[in-house]
Amino acid sequence: MKLITKLLLLTCGALVTGATGTVPVLAKESVKLAFIGPLSGGNSAPGIGGRNSTQLAVQLRNADPTAKYTYELVTFDDECKPNIGIQVATKAASDRSIIAAVTHYCSAVGIATVDTYARFGLPVVVWGAILPEITYGNDYHEIHRVNGTMINEGKLAAEFLTKQGFLKYVVVHDTTDYGKGQNKYFSEYLKLAGGEIVATFPVSPDQQDFTAELTKIKELKPDLIMVGGLTPLGVRLRAQMDRVGVTAQLAGVSGIMNAGFLEGAGAAAEGTISFHNGAPISKYEQGQAFLDAYAKAGFREDPDAYGPFAYSAANLIMDAIEKVGPDRAKVKDLLNTTKAYKSLVGEINFDDHRQNILRANVYVAQDGKWVYWPDSEYSAGKRKLRLN
Amino acid sequence: MDLGIVAQQVFNGLMLGVIYSMIAVGFSLFFGVLDVIKFSHGDVVTLGSFSALGAAGVSGALFALPPALALLAGLSAAVGAGALAGIVIGRVLVIPLRGAPSINVLLATLMAGTVLREAIRLGVPNGGNPKPFPALLPSGMIKAGSFSVGIDSVIILCAGLLLVVGTHLLVTRTRFGLSIRAVAQDDEVARLAGIDQQRVVLGTFALGSGLAAFAGCMLGLYYREISFNMGVLLGIIGFASAVVGGLGSLIGPIIGGFLFAGVQTLVVVAMPISSAYRDVVAFAVIIILIALFPTGMIAEQRSDRV
Repeated sequence: MKLITKLLLLTCGALVTGATGTVPVLAKESVKLAFIGPLSGGNSAPGIGGRNSTQLAVQLRNADPTAKYTYELVTFDDECKPNIGIQVATKAASDRSIIAAVTHYCSAVGIATVDTYARFGLPVVVWGAILPEITYGNDYHEIHRVNGTMINEGKLAAEFLTKQGFLKYVVVHDTTDYGKGQNKYFSEYLKLAGGEIVATFPVSPDQQDFTAELTKIKELKPDLIMVGGLTPLGVRLRAQMDRVGVTAQLAGVSGIMNAGFLEGAGAAAEGTISFHNGAPISKYEQGQAFLDAYAKAGFREDPDAYGPFAYSAANLIMDAIEKVGPDRAKVKDLLNTTKAYKSLVGEINFDDHRQNILRANVYVAQDGKWVYWPDSEYSAGKRKLRLN
Repeated sequence: MDLGIVAQQVFNGLMLGVIYSMIAVGFSLFFGVLDVIKFSHGDVVTLGSFSALGAAGVSGALFALPPALALLAGLSAAVGAGALAGIVIGRVLVIPLRGAPSINVLLATLMAGTVLREAIRLGVPNGGNPKPFPALLPSGMIKAGSFSVGIDSVIILCAGLLLVVGTHLLVTRTRFGLSIRAVAQDDEVARLAGIDQQRVVLGTFALGSGLAAFAGCMLGLYYREISFNMGVLLGIIGFASAVVGGLGSLIGPIIGGFLFAGVQTLVVVAMPISSAYRDVVAFAVIIILIALFPTGMIAEQRSDRV
């Protein structure tokens, strides 16, 4: 049957060549990739930024005449909810036409889905979730991560903040694996750095009102409030601090370092410190080219802080497919050996747990933008942090 | 504990209580008149806050209105949008389903809430992100020792209390209120007495939803931040408050709202490390109270329905 089909195709090709005098271009084989992230809900801004960045990588690859395959992106919304994440991960992993996936912004979802990817043998590259256990808590060779972890960010946060003179801390963290992990790593490193945590408030990620917690915090008079959560929690805390009269400095790690926090907290965001395992996009060699291509593609939303990681993850996967073909096991094996891979976010080197080795960076909200600390007016001493 | 801090926590509880009460009263109005639970009520709160933000922002930017006028524009837009949403939900979903099992109305309104929520997320630029709400009330703090409260918070508290009391007076002292109570008591007899039942039902939906939208605007002014999914939990809390207070009365939901807020605040004050369990404890208290008072703390048989 296959032989008859091939003969028919050859005959048609010969007829076309004869009629037009040109050689027909054979269509490239189509290969499916998945993107999974929060496309709805309070964390949809970074999710959509990641989706757009992945889409851009696919579009640019499809426009490349040297590419062996045409790539098709299938997107799934995990809503930043572990139960929904498992559902969509199962859907993507059980679809054998999907060869690999760029997965998860939210750590609580990222850790919930690792077993699913391993069971179905779907190689994935995490683009945003920073919980260390996603790579270090298992030995699944399907799981890779291009961004750093909250270990880097928590360590840097503890060291940097104590050096700035903040000694008395309150931690407000959400009760997901993400928030608990942040509390754990930040607290560990803060103890070593000589800081003191005077109170810890675990809160629901959906909580709206923090006036009762902030009134308790006001009584404790900390130097700094550390947010162990994502944008909605950070925005609500920042917005309500002034109402209760809390004058402490606010800081958080990369979960709040996005345009959503700046927009939501408005002018009150000024001076908030954040730690992110990515460098500013302008500091990367291909950064401007990425921003130009992103703007040209016409996306309505920003790539957000983790978009460059999603873009790099997609390219890493597509390069692997170009080399070994659309085969899950071969792609997984090749991804496992990634060393000195040149990407938008710098050189990617996976350790023995397929975790990219990165160092974190300090940022501060200045005039409605996240500014790299060394480039900021706070670093230059022109503006002051809120040290009591 | 410092007395000033105690006073501040009491104030926090009162603020939360008045917001919950405004939402809970709507549930009571709908249930009283039509025996329906409108589960899109929390999303109408969100609609109110986004309408207020849009109107205050646009009028402020286009006409450089002073804050008081921008606030008036915002409040009018919120109440108008809320009332209109209430009328549409009542006319399109609730009245045509009057003969159907109550679960159908419940599901239909639940879906209407999802439609509203997603429309806000998709329709507002970057609608998935929390939005800052402008400070339209006078700033400044009232301070007494360690107690400090914003003048705007006091205004919001007073406005909320006035509105709840005003709704009570509207229902108990006006001709429209009399019609509402008549339809709630016996719609057949009310119809025979010449009351336009459909008008009363739609008026009640407009009133309850307008109240929720007003609460949404107050929330924006208080928290200075709103998000498209803020109404989900608020709707559930409002419903729980209405049920425990007594769905058949107007005083019951107010008591329920303050009770829920009081328990939440007390949990944080007494056990800061268990802050995450404030909703768990508050809902557990509600469950116990429902077991003790199955028809609510203001029992239906001892009070006028609505």
